Amino acid sequence: MKTSWVWILTFVGPALILLMVFLIIPIFASFYLSFTDFNVFVMTDWSRAKFIGLQNFVELLKDELFWKALMNTFYCLVVAMPVTVVLSLTCAVLLNRKQTKFKNFFKVSFFLPFVTNTVAIAIVWSWILNPSYGLLNWFLSLFGVKGPNWLGDPKWAMPSVIMLVIWKAVGYNTILFLAGLQNIPDFLYEAAELDGASPWQRFWYITLPMLKPTTVFVTTMMIIGYLQLFEEPYMLTQGGPLNSTLSIVLYLYRQGFKFFKLGYASSIAVILFLMISALTLLRLKLAGRK
Amino acid sequence: MGKTSSLRQVAVHGFLFVMAVAMILPFLWMISTSFKTPAEIFVLPPRWIPKDPTIENYRELFASIKFGRPFINTVIVASSITFFSLLVSSMAGYAFAKFRFKGRDKLFFLILATLMVPGQMTIIPVFLLLRQLGLLNTYAGLILPGVASAFNIFFMRQFIMSIPNELIEAAKIDGAKESFIYFCIILPLSKPALTTIAIFTFTGSWNSFLWPLIIAQDERMYTLPVAVSVLAGQYGENLGIQMAGSCIVIAPILVFFLFVQRYFIKGIALTGLKG
Repeated sequence: MKTSWVWILTFVGPALILLMVFLIIPIFASFYLSFTDFNVFVMTDWSRAKFIGLQNFVELLKDELFWKALMNTFYCLVVAMPVTVVLSLTCAVLLNRKQTKFKNFFKVSFFLPFVTNTVAIAIVWSWILNPSYGLLNWFLSLFGVKGPNWLGDPKWAMPSVIMLVIWKAVGYNTILFLAGLQNIPDFLYEAAELDGASPWQRFWYITLPMLKPTTVFVTTMMIIGYLQLFEEPYMLTQGGPLNSTLSIVLYLYRQGFKFFKLGYASSIAVILFLMISALTLLRLKLAGRK
Repeated sequence: MGKTSSLRQVAVHGFLFVMAVAMILPFLWMISTSFKTPAEIFVLPPRWIPKDPTIENYRELFASIKFGRPFINTVIVASSITFFSLLVSSMAGYAFAKFRFKGRDKLFFLILATLMVPGQMTIIPVFLLLRQLGLLNTYAGLILPGVASAFNIFFMRQFIMSIPNELIEAAKIDGAKESFIYFCIILPLSKPALTTIAIFTFTGSWNSFLWPLIIAQDERMYTLPVAVSVLAGQYGENLGIQMAGSCIVIAPILVFFLFVQRYFIKGIALTGLKG
């Protein structure tokens, strides 16, 4: 029996209108804007924005700051991803043991950073990282180590940002890995144990292969999240010192909402979108093949 | 045998404990510092319990910096987004799960495809649109873009699919309209799904930063994350005020989380696996 059109429109209409206006049309508009020189001068009269073809993209390729932002974001990605995966997988495996106590306490405390507002906790971190009054350098000094000027030194600024990024991400990914681990049937471990497999062998030959779908999901989602790095460098360093923590989205924000070069900023958004879509397609392909 | 396994127990719990401390310590430091007088703030080693605790930082935050306004703004915006998003996406979810009409699955696939679009992709056109409509610095401007959530529609549809058709058919035979079925059958049965997305949507919109930063440029329309980010710039040296401000942003969600953490953690595991 077909549902009458009146009901269909009533139920799907509101969602569809909102999605069209705030999501689907803007996606196409973004592509279009990236081919124009839309800037602060045409804000009041959109018709004066000129279509300039691929010029924004050509300029981006020559823009040293954009390359810097790209490299910084990859730097964060390449360091933060393996560390997050190893830490959260370790925590998940340990929390999945039958003999482990206080599981709920650990789960809840690991999860706190994830639900916490990034902007507010970044302010807390910027003081923890303060070279003279900060908690971290005081702690290091107990071991006779003189901590660096974390956020003020171009060499250490990105590692500081990465520290906060990892601190926020571990708990969430631990929960995801834990859910994946709980899907592995017990009899596999029992059989392996009967055959005399050591805990390490069980981990390498049962846990890791069985966890592959979860790992594919976790890592691609993580890459997508890290590519959108913004709040941490915005609050900790504003992209400095010497642009050493300038990320792709921070650069987009600067071009778009500080200089109001909205056409140029849109071309950055398009490139980000293409990178993320490629990753999503790769994930779907990998997941389909399992 | 007994010795190695007890050694292992100690190592495992030691590692987990160190991780837990690393996760909790920044919060404890923030809370303790927010109650300190300027004289005590920079004392090292840090005093975890202030010698003479003061609420001066909080008083100043609300009296002279007027943090009450962004607090109320955030409550209004986050609750409205949650309420409307729940309503709109459960309605659409019901339609996509149970209605029969031409193009239903194609339309749903289109919505699904938007899930992979990053928020930064739409922010510039939406900013221009809101500006044109005169909705910058308004509650409508802060709320509307947050209501349209492809993920919530997807999540509701998946859940409502599992509600048996027989229930709906039986009600229809008794002459029930779609609106009655939605309010009296679908909504009550969807409570677990509604709870999950309510929690995620509320937390997400409470913590949202980039969108309100761009849409609310007028001080009176700031949400808490924007207000606290401005605080860090204007009161750069006043650590006590900054920690009190951070506490105000973080504490409500943290308390909320501690109450609903079961649903939270279950929800993450669920949405993650569905991926």
